[in-house]
Amino acid sequence: MDFTFTEEQQMMAGAFRELLDDLCSPEALRAAAEKRGDESGARWARIAELGLPGVLAPEAAGGMGLGDTDFVLIAEEAGRAALPEPLVEQAGIAVPLLAGLAPHAPRAAEILAQAASGALRVAVGAPGNPFVLGAAQAGVLLLADGDEVHLVERAGVGLVAQPSIDTLRALARVEWQPSAATRLVSGAAGRTAWARAFERGALYAAAQCLGLTQRMIDIAVAYACERTQFGRPIGSYQAIKHHLATVQVKLEFARAHVYAAAARVVDADQRAAAAVSSAKLAAGDAAELAARTGIQVHGAMGYSWEVDLHFYMKRAWALIGSWGDRSFHMRRVQSLVLGGSLPLGSDQTFVRS
Amino acid sequence: MAIDLRYTPEQQAFRAEVRAWMAAKVPKEPLASLDTAEGAVQHRAWERTLNEGRWGMVTWPREYGGRGCNLVEWLIFEEEYYRAGAPGRLNQNGIFLLGPTLMEFGTPEQKARYLPPMAAGEEVWAQAWSEPQAGSDLAALRATATREGDTYVLRGHKIWSSRAVFADWAFGMFRTDPGSEKHKGISFVLFPLKHPGVRVRGIPQIDGETGFAEIYLEEARVPVANRLGAEGQGWHIAMATAGFERGLMLRSPARFQMTAKRLIELYRRHAAAAEPGLASAVAQAWMDAEAYALNTYRTATRLMAGGSIGVEASLNKIFWSELDLAMHRAAMSLLGARAELEKHAPDAGDVGNWLDGFLFSLAGPIYAGTNEVQRNIIAERLLKMPR
Ligand SMILES: Cc1cc2nc3c(=O)[nH]c(=O)nc-3n(C[C@H](O)[C@H](O)[C@H](O)COP(=O)(O)OP(=O)(O)OC[C@H]3O[C@@H](n4cnc5c(N)ncnc54)[C@H](O)[C@@H]3O)c2cc1C
Repeated sequence: MDFTFTEEQQMMAGAFRELLDDLCSPEALRAAAEKRGDESGARWARIAELGLPGVLAPEAAGGMGLGDTDFVLIAEEAGRAALPEPLVEQAGIAVPLLAGLAPHAPRAAEILAQAASGALRVAVGAPGNPFVLGAAQAGVLLLADGDEVHLVERAGVGLVAQPSIDTLRALARVEWQPSAATRLVSGAAGRTAWARAFERGALYAAAQCLGLTQRMIDIAVAYACERTQFGRPIGSYQAIKHHLATVQVKLEFARAHVYAAAARVVDADQRAAAAVSSAKLAAGDAAELAARTGIQVHGAMGYSWEVDLHFYMKRAWALIGSWGDRSFHMRRVQSLVLGGSLPLGSDQTFVRS
Repeated sequence: MAIDLRYTPEQQAFRAEVRAWMAAKVPKEPLASLDTAEGAVQHRAWERTLNEGRWGMVTWPREYGGRGCNLVEWLIFEEEYYRAGAPGRLNQNGIFLLGPTLMEFGTPEQKARYLPPMAAGEEVWAQAWSEPQAGSDLAALRATATREGDTYVLRGHKIWSSRAVFADWAFGMFRTDPGSEKHKGISFVLFPLKHPGVRVRGIPQIDGETGFAEIYLEEARVPVANRLGAEGQGWHIAMATAGFERGLMLRSPARFQMTAKRLIELYRRHAAAAEPGLASAVAQAWMDAEAYALNTYRTATRLMAGGSIGVEASLNKIFWSELDLAMHRAAMSLLGARAELEKHAPDAGDVGNWLDGFLFSLAGPIYAGTNEVQRNIIAERLLKMPR
């Protein structure tokens, strides 16, 4: 029994954080949002140099062969930086999806190494998400037709762009025709593949929400220390302190759920589902509260475009709704826990089926 | 080290051992409330039984009546303890608060003197910190310990001391430097409750039971050797005690997980009539109880790897107290028109202990440092916001 990250895991996340501090400064996010210059390709290249798209890919495919408890900290950092590029979706969802399909589908095996190196960008249209993130920038798309998984060239689909409040997220509805040629797997294999992709999607959305929450707290604390009213920093007022302390409590306990879900997601069973949904709800709720609190602490500044806060807020709102919204995950927990399929009690937390 | 959320075979064997012992020994009928004279006697007997099995405080070294268990084993013990529905711990302020404090600050003589009878439930302890004018602002305390040779003469008025009417000893905070103010000049002194110059007067709690008490100290004389740590070091020691209280020991997760389980069972019986929000409230309770358990394992394994507990104790205290409150509010909602009934009412149905639990959950955000004060601590020490 050990619930601590290794030094290597923390060092890898720390190195990524440093890179992101450099690549995703508020000024860089602003430039991206306002479509000034185009640093996106350069950012992706720097991230790929660290090998991050391949964290979860097998070493044989040029990846790092690591697991979800390694990547969870990377996803958290991507959230903290509001990274515009869909690294988390590529490395945390598309690459493990391809790796899982590779033994059954030669075309998946063929592109796995390129996806893991970041040379090929892969967008994922999973069941349950109406829109695909980063489709326009992708080389290929993994799309669902019922249970089937299809691999489609970007050139072979039509995209209907769907502007998001988070202008850093390029969303589109994909118009396409499934065919025998595009199909990778069907039936139970497809169902399993999509189910696993969905759980990772939810897990890593939750992990990003942790990073976003911490960032929003940090921004609000810094502002509260600097802004004075009635002759004192507003951060010396208890109403402000207590708002922020409440968010910090929520964040700390959301961490426990997210890290536990990262350790469980490979099990792909009911307990893992309950863990992932708990993580998604806890981290989403923390981020939602951080956003609301962040605005309040900033006063009118918080409602302005000028303060950086809104970049993180918008990413949080977007993630809260994707990979299963609040209703989906709450209903799932209710059905597992109230419905009686999960054994309950103080000895059950770490039981594996 | 790396995240690995599985018990070792040794830990599983330990769990089995605890489970078997509890199955054999836990009283079949619930004991009377530990805030009553009758209940205190029954709970003392239970503490003795526990100690016979060497389960009084498993984390302590064997020489003091423990088993030298690590924190994960302690959590396993607690899980099995609550799973078995074992009685509340009469001596909780001794074993969970003073015990770890003695372990850190006590002399070898003090440890040998106080820990074994504490583990055995032979000496039950009360915490005597609060005073009428020193609640949240504990550093405003005025009780004094005046040195006369090898003796301290204790004077003052302590209040809200849990179970002091049924206890044998108390650990108090006193000014040893009469001119001192605030956190300085305070010492941590142990004193017997059945002793000349010590008068204990029970205070009925919200449910009418004398769960806490006032302690009047009228020139009570105790040896200077009863002081824990150095003279004037009392505040520092008390903050360590408060860290145990809020942080890890006082409220282990198993307690809340079992409440969550009972709440889910209650919900299932009342689901047909429950408004939809209650399904979410109950599911949320389960998730939060799990979060508390998971986070406690995070803290425990971090401590086992050499880490220390600091401000996060305040995060914990807020979380468990609000969780307990939320669970009991949901239960009261589910019970509807029966929620007001005492458990011995003829038509009480499945009211059980929910009402008692609900009342006690209202105290959670107050004792062990109010949640407002915890939020101040988080804001000022963790987030570094200005005072
Ligand atoms: C069931 C129970 C058992 C207890 N057991 C013990 C025991 O065994 N031993 C012992 O010594 N004590 C015990 N206490 C006392 C407990 O420690 C105190 O109640 C607590 O410290 C608060 O002090 P107070 O009651 O004087 O409230 P006050 O300090 O008067 O607080 C009243 C209200 O004001 C708020 N407040 C006060 N100061 C601030 C501030 N700076 N910022 C914001 N809000 C503030 C508080 O949060 C609270 O809401 C117990 C209390 C209860 C309810």
